Amino acid sequence: MKCFCESQGVRKKQIVDSIQTFGAKTLHRLLAFIHKEFLHIIRDPRTLVILFGIPAAQILIFGYVISMDIREVQIAVVDLSRDTISRQLIHKFDASNYFRVSHMLNSVNEVEKILKSGSVKEVLVFESGFGTRFMREGEAMMGLIVDTSEPNTGRLVASYSEALIADFNRELAMAGRLKIVPAVRMLYNPALQNEYMFVPGLMTLILMLICALMTSITITREKEFGSMEVLLVSPLRPMQIILGKVAPYLLLAFGDVLLILAMANFVFGLPVKGSLMLLLLESVLYIGLALSLGILISTVSKTMQQAMFISLIGLMLPSILLSGFIFPLENMPLFYQIISLILPPRWFIIIVKNIMLKGTGFRFVWKETLVLIVMTAIFISISAKKFKIRLE
Amino acid sequence: MQQIPVILVRHLVKKFGTFVANDDLTFDVFKGEVFGFLGANGAGKTTAMRILCGLSRPTSGELRVDGLDVHKQAEAIKKRIGYMSQKFSLYKDLTVYENMRLFGGIYGLSLHDLKSRIDQLLGQLDLRKQRDTLIADLPLGWQQKLAFSVAILHHPSIVFLDEPTAGVDPFTRRQFWELIYKAAYEGITVFVTTHYMDEAEYCDRVSIMSEGKIVALDKPAALKKHYGVGSMNEVFLRIARSEEEADSR
Repeated sequence: MKCFCESQGVRKKQIVDSIQTFGAKTLHRLLAFIHKEFLHIIRDPRTLVILFGIPAAQILIFGYVISMDIREVQIAVVDLSRDTISRQLIHKFDASNYFRVSHMLNSVNEVEKILKSGSVKEVLVFESGFGTRFMREGEAMMGLIVDTSEPNTGRLVASYSEALIADFNRELAMAGRLKIVPAVRMLYNPALQNEYMFVPGLMTLILMLICALMTSITITREKEFGSMEVLLVSPLRPMQIILGKVAPYLLLAFGDVLLILAMANFVFGLPVKGSLMLLLLESVLYIGLALSLGILISTVSKTMQQAMFISLIGLMLPSILLSGFIFPLENMPLFYQIISLILPPRWFIIIVKNIMLKGTGFRFVWKETLVLIVMTAIFISISAKKFKIRLE
Repeated sequence: MQQIPVILVRHLVKKFGTFVANDDLTFDVFKGEVFGFLGANGAGKTTAMRILCGLSRPTSGELRVDGLDVHKQAEAIKKRIGYMSQKFSLYKDLTVYENMRLFGGIYGLSLHDLKSRIDQLLGQLDLRKQRDTLIADLPLGWQQKLAFSVAILHHPSIVFLDEPTAGVDPFTRRQFWELIYKAAYEGITVFVTTHYMDEAEYCDRVSIMSEGKIVALDKPAALKKHYGVGSMNEVFLRIARSEEEADSR
């Protein structure tokens, strides 16, 4: 009996040992494979350029283009007062480098039409009796109606206008205590919802590009060169091969998130208003999603060209057009709005925008997070199935 | 020669839809043997080899590799075999050492064992100086020889070579076969497909496939005697001709 117990104990120890060595060996195998993947990346300078050069360049280009000065912006004027003060102010606008008065309107009714036509970005409105009220009461209201369908330009137009009026006020103040109060009204996008959209938008697209494109290419490369066969004959299991191929990109894409956030903060003064931790966690989720999409693309494509084609045309293009990054989704036909629902970037942009720009917590993005989780699960299960079928 | 079968194939059938790629194959490969697997393109030799390596599943038949059942113990088999594919010979953007360390790692060799093994193999190939050279910078023949060394790095029982000398000059082919003999001498069974008939002469035994079937299997000398010809090339032509005649009848 004693002997039996002992042998059982020994048996148990053996099993534990074998599990431990199995785990350690598997890890050892996987690490050797991941190490090789890093070597591939380091050896190919083009990969590094795509991984870090492009994101940095994009952020800089977008950032500077968007914060550019305005020049000779065409404006219209509705002057119902027609007095010296209004004429002086109109002249001041026209004489500045920033604005050019291109249209004189006869009635407020024409304002909507001319803004919609897009020929002017702003309309100055002087009510009748503006001049007399100004002289009598020392203060008068005027209207600034700004087209903010391009939010950054709109915001700049409004603030330059206000600055000009403030300047005008100062000149007048020399003669006495007189003041014009501009009432600014922003049309078409009053909350300036897209302000600094470029950071969340770029982050979303760059991560999608790096993860989906790079993983689909790196996996199809093994297929095209024939090394996939050698790996499949080896003790590595298919899932381990995929994991090994994908792990370095998970790490590098995370590095990109940090790079983009750091540049947004230090170069453009755009800090993360909400929880940085939450934003990073959501980013990891999104990276995982994009990686699983890349795996899925690699299972359906035989060559690197094919993978690149599917990633760029089939994934990137719709992501740019239908994610709400450049073109507001609300203004799109219903058909495109429905298509946008199946695009992961559409959801991640909302999450980043909320956490980064508005500073909201998880309570406000849990629905979008859930959508991303479900999508990831779907992509992973489809690619696992496809990968198995390929082995038959 | 010890007559222990390390590969045992009984009634192997592989169908792709209605196309029969392997039609009832039965053969044994013995320990330490250099076994040539010959046949024209499309005869089904690659399919059979892929099945033995676990890259493809048989439709039916009994298969044992190193005593293990291909149907049930595929993962265990993978650890005991080596494979050199026709298309791939090592990662070109990695160095000689990095490639060897990668495959050593994948096959679970400890770093200590790996280092001495790499040193031994590089010494055999006289490539110690090229240890840190990128594969891309080596001539094709050296790449092939290295690929073979990598395939036997983990001391497999069997190494499968899929047209290993395709596109290599005769001199390097000769050297390559010396490596094969050395491995066989160390007890590694070599299963090699080729369509160079002079290489068939180097094998201990050859099987010749045609249209999914094995039509001849014996020692090269015995085959030559059987067909009354002087070289394996002629044996091959004889077989091809008789198959054609059979088809036209």
